[in-house]
Amino acid sequence: MSKIEEKKLMRGAEAIGEAAIRSGCSCYFGYPITPQNEITEYMARRMLQTGRVFIQSESELAAINMVLGAAATGARAMTSSSSPGMSLKQEGISFIAAMELPSVIVNVMRGGPGLGNIAPAQSDYFQATRGGGHGDYRTIVLAPATVQELYNLTRKAFDLADEYRTPVMILADGMLGQMMEPVVFNDKAIEPGDLPEKPWALRGAEGRPSRFIRSLILDPNLEEEHNWRLYRKYQRIERREVQFEEFNMQGAEMAVVAYGTAARIAKAAVKRCIEKNMRVGLIRPISLWPFPAKAILESTNYIKHLLCFEMSMGQMIEDVKLSAEGKTEVSLYGRPGGVVPTPVELFRVISRAYNKLARETK
Amino acid sequence: MEKRRAARPATMKNAVTHYCPGCGHSVIHRLTAEVIQELGIAGKTIGVPPAGCAVLAYFYFDVDMTEAPHGRGCAVATGIKRALPESIVFTYQGDGDLAAIGTAEVIHAANRGENITVIFVNNAVYGMTGGQMAPTTLLGMKTTTSPAGRDAGREGNPIRVCELLSSLDGAVYLERTAVNSVRSIRRTKKAIREAFQTQIDGKGFSLVEILSPCPTNWKLSSAASWKWIDEVMSKQYPIGIIKDIREGAAKDAE
Repeated sequence: MSKIEEKKLMRGAEAIGEAAIRSGCSCYFGYPITPQNEITEYMARRMLQTGRVFIQSESELAAINMVLGAAATGARAMTSSSSPGMSLKQEGISFIAAMELPSVIVNVMRGGPGLGNIAPAQSDYFQATRGGGHGDYRTIVLAPATVQELYNLTRKAFDLADEYRTPVMILADGMLGQMMEPVVFNDKAIEPGDLPEKPWALRGAEGRPSRFIRSLILDPNLEEEHNWRLYRKYQRIERREVQFEEFNMQGAEMAVVAYGTAARIAKAAVKRCIEKNMRVGLIRPISLWPFPAKAILESTNYIKHLLCFEMSMGQMIEDVKLSAEGKTEVSLYGRPGGVVPTPVELFRVISRAYNKLARETK
Repeated sequence: MEKRRAARPATMKNAVTHYCPGCGHSVIHRLTAEVIQELGIAGKTIGVPPAGCAVLAYFYFDVDMTEAPHGRGCAVATGIKRALPESIVFTYQGDGDLAAIGTAEVIHAANRGENITVIFVNNAVYGMTGGQMAPTTLLGMKTTTSPAGRDAGREGNPIRVCELLSSLDGAVYLERTAVNSVRSIRRTKKAIREAFQTQIDGKGFSLVEILSPCPTNWKLSSAASWKWIDEVMSKQYPIGIIKDIREGAAKDAE
């Protein structure tokens, strides 16, 4: 039995790894790519210490398919990568979603497209929230903004994956992966052996009829039925698993919408707004899919301008616009290519929009 | 007639396969199922069929099975075996699946010495998609995507998978057989048994490459297909134990 309450100064990547260990993850498969190697290296060390499975695979394709195999046996399995590697994993993620296997996938985003660079970016939002691979499916996408949240949301990801039998993605970036902050382990560590048996898992057919897990359903009527079932599951997730944070929204006339690292910068900028008596708040989606659409829509009752701040040229903004249903102005401050703007830069953008709003409402 | 000898093993479902007349898959399924039954490992076996003609193998084998994306069988099998070391894991893969899109996966599974068994069916074409050129298509052989016949300069040379893998220290048992005669079918069953036994003994990666007729895409009769394996195919792909470095193994075969 490990202690319930422990506090440690940790790097973001290590917090993800330790959360996996404490979630009873028994199999980790990964391929080196910057800026997430610290997760793979941490897992190499810790999985060896704890007598669990670690493989440095020959490719991201192999890693995600090893996750598929391990998950089919009922094991909690995880892989991590960064943007170019995530593109390679999409085939496997589509299969895992179709075969309804639980798994946790971490994307520590970097600048793109192509090889791009290794600086923090948020340009994989579309890929993460729209399924990413082929076919009609979704992955649950959680976007932490602190090292504590990297820990908490990774733990939650394993539970969600098991509950809904679906891939869950942690969408972070190079900044979050590298930064060090204190982490409180405010939960109980689970050993792989503590986890309940999964009644669908493949463990050999001794004493029961044989099972198979597949995604190929040649009969269009049955494939439609399978898709309906997935769709209803996704609807359940949309109803139950939305997570977001609101900051200074009481009395606000304008709000910044941002997630992850961008939300940290936005919070600092909003604090500066508060100092200047500007009525500006922050909506921070924590679950990117399901997206906090209702919170955005409800904010349009009093918010006159939603400013989306993304480290991309505008991907989340599409969800914000869809959610706002045209009821308020939505604009973008995007910084792509791995550039991380300062709170002061963002504050200036907010100020311009805020002053324009003030002139218009006069 | 010895009636019982032809009985369906309990490791096969009572199903009619979708395979074409003269296809080798039904025979290879049967041999694999018999070996699993006879070794008494059915209750802990997990199979991984390919994308290809055998994609529906879970309708025929009565053991736990999971699909794998095209070519990824050895990666999926690695995940299963590492997560559940007491299980017996086999992939069943065709030449497109294993020797083209899945080349990296099989090489690295073999190189890691994954304790799994690969049933590799080489019929020199992509069967399910309609007879396109495979990495194993012979020189001069006409397929829908090598209409003038495979030419080394244009389409490259046929890959010998067993020989390719034989340089890897983790690959401990590699044998090539055929299923074009009673004798070769018996030999194949023995090879499959050896391969599974290798895994049961925890010795590492085993693979049986089986030259298998595809009369439909070869555009030959069944009988002519059997003859073609003997007279043409096995010249490119020599039959025999390619590698056996299991402890106590008689010797390294040529």
